Amino acid sequence: MKVSGTVVKFGNNVDTDVILPGKYLVLISPMDLAKHALEGLDHTFAENAKKGVIVVGGKNFGCGSSREQAPLALKYSGVKCVVAESFARIFFRNAINIGLPVVECPGISTTVENGDKLTVDFDMGEVQNTSKNRMLEVTKLPAFILEILSDGGLIENLQKKMKKE
Amino acid sequence: MNITEKILAKASNKKALRPGDIVDANVDMVMVHDLTGPLAVEAFKRIGISRVWDNKKIVIILDHQVPAESVKAAELHKMLRGFAKEQNIRFYDVGRGGVCHQVMPEKGHVIPGTVMVGADSHSCTYGALGAFATGIGSTEAAAVFATGKIWLKVPKTLKVNIEGEFKPYVTPKDLILSIIGKIGADGATYKATEFAGSTIRGMSMAGRMTLCNMTVEMGAKNGIIEPDEITRKFLEGRINKPYEAFNSDINAEYEKVHEINVSDLQPMVACPSSVDNVKPVSEIGNVPIEQAFIGSCTNGRLEDLRLAAKVMKGKIVRDGVRALVIPASQEVYSQAVDEGLMEIFTDAGALVCGSACGPCLGGHIGLLAAGETCVSTSNRNFIGRMGSTQANVYLASPATVAASALTGRITDPREVETKKA
Repeated sequence: MKVSGTVVKFGNNVDTDVILPGKYLVLISPMDLAKHALEGLDHTFAENAKKGVIVVGGKNFGCGSSREQAPLALKYSGVKCVVAESFARIFFRNAINIGLPVVECPGISTTVENGDKLTVDFDMGEVQNTSKNRMLEVTKLPAFILEILSDGGLIENLQKKMKKE
Repeated sequence: MNITEKILAKASNKKALRPGDIVDANVDMVMVHDLTGPLAVEAFKRIGISRVWDNKKIVIILDHQVPAESVKAAELHKMLRGFAKEQNIRFYDVGRGGVCHQVMPEKGHVIPGTVMVGADSHSCTYGALGAFATGIGSTEAAAVFATGKIWLKVPKTLKVNIEGEFKPYVTPKDLILSIIGKIGADGATYKATEFAGSTIRGMSMAGRMTLCNMTVEMGAKNGIIEPDEITRKFLEGRINKPYEAFNSDINAEYEKVHEINVSDLQPMVACPSSVDNVKPVSEIGNVPIEQAFIGSCTNGRLEDLRLAAKVMKGKIVRDGVRALVIPASQEVYSQAVDEGLMEIFTDAGALVCGSACGPCLGGHIGLLAAGETCVSTSNRNFIGRMGSTQANVYLASPATVAASALTGRITDPREVETKKA
């Protein structure tokens, strides 16, 4: 599995309250949630993300609440993948479960800039920065997690398994 | 093995486990609330099966947008009510429960030695009773509804040994804030945090819940405390079956052991806008406030209200400050009425609201305008958490918040008490 996009970069400890503020949690439709993606930090993000972006974060990306609306808002705003130094664990699981690729990449936040073009290769476990002609290794995901992602999320993965049984 | 490893080994039918092992654990209880439940129900329906795996092991609680503040919220509540009825799931409606993390232990849904997952990050609270408890998202909760199982990576464990006696008006909240300040907002990411030591053995269940509740604010997978006599007493009349009380072996392995003495601990405050930006109240200078909030799953228990009432008794909330008091559950509410605490709050000019999450997550009542500051007993001070992205939230103990409501600026509770005498 490979994804490509233009970098939009954020700092450390990007929490789920800035990714999707609490007042929008009554919204159910992913497209409605998407309009408010990362609104707490950047009001223009949702509009910019439509072209297909890769969010780069620092340490502890997605910390805070267990709200799945946070990765949902990112996914449906046009985010193809989140690459960060490290993730908060509930956000990391939620993203995989809804089919938003996420990957840890030590060193990413100091080696990319806004606007760089990245390609993340999940099978090879690497991130190519084509703008800077640079390659970084990522923490490889176990096979069963890659399978959930390639199925499109946990529910799709479960449906597939139940059919087999 | 330590207590976390033992519980996960039992739940996955393994004799022994090591950190890093991935297990398929049997889940003993799953909880969702009104902001995570609707997505879970939608995801469950997409799986394509008609019945949940075990209706006795699921609890649904309305607590965030309670009572419904909008038609949208009312629709979500209606949907959850319908699902609970259809599947015959235990459901705590408006006025029947309160904040999920108070209702779960109070109503006997938390059993020591079991695996509990909740679609709320503060589900780690239940570790106070010696359960393995962690937060998950809605889709994962739906998968548990269907299968009763969850994959978990066995975490490394941080042990925090706590010794010494708290000074008057210094509380477990001040302790956990100081621990988060030291360890950092991501210092325990993916890890278990086990609290031990003589201070813990003497600590009430309410205090233990405050500690475990906030372990997620340093990234922890779970917080946990070995069950003991205090646990047994708390559970009396709440659960009616025997439970397995696991203890950590003497030679259990830990990634790191922190030794903390609380004897010199002062009232602490987490300054905007991260929970690890922690300082003693005495060092933050003059911070005027517009709102003071006492409540939440961190500090809305009877013990917290008693302490706040002790500070506020016979005094008046400063002009220009809105003081909100929200008991964490119906049970806490009625006990507080019986003890006369509500009279103290209302006489002081505080507004007592019905048991719910309140302003903590900025979705319902008590929001802040741009430029306003709130000192709160809740657990998060992120940008925009309590309303405007231009507002500031400081986190502190019930004693500090009560004292601050009286003076109109963030205040060490001992300052107010000294003046009283």
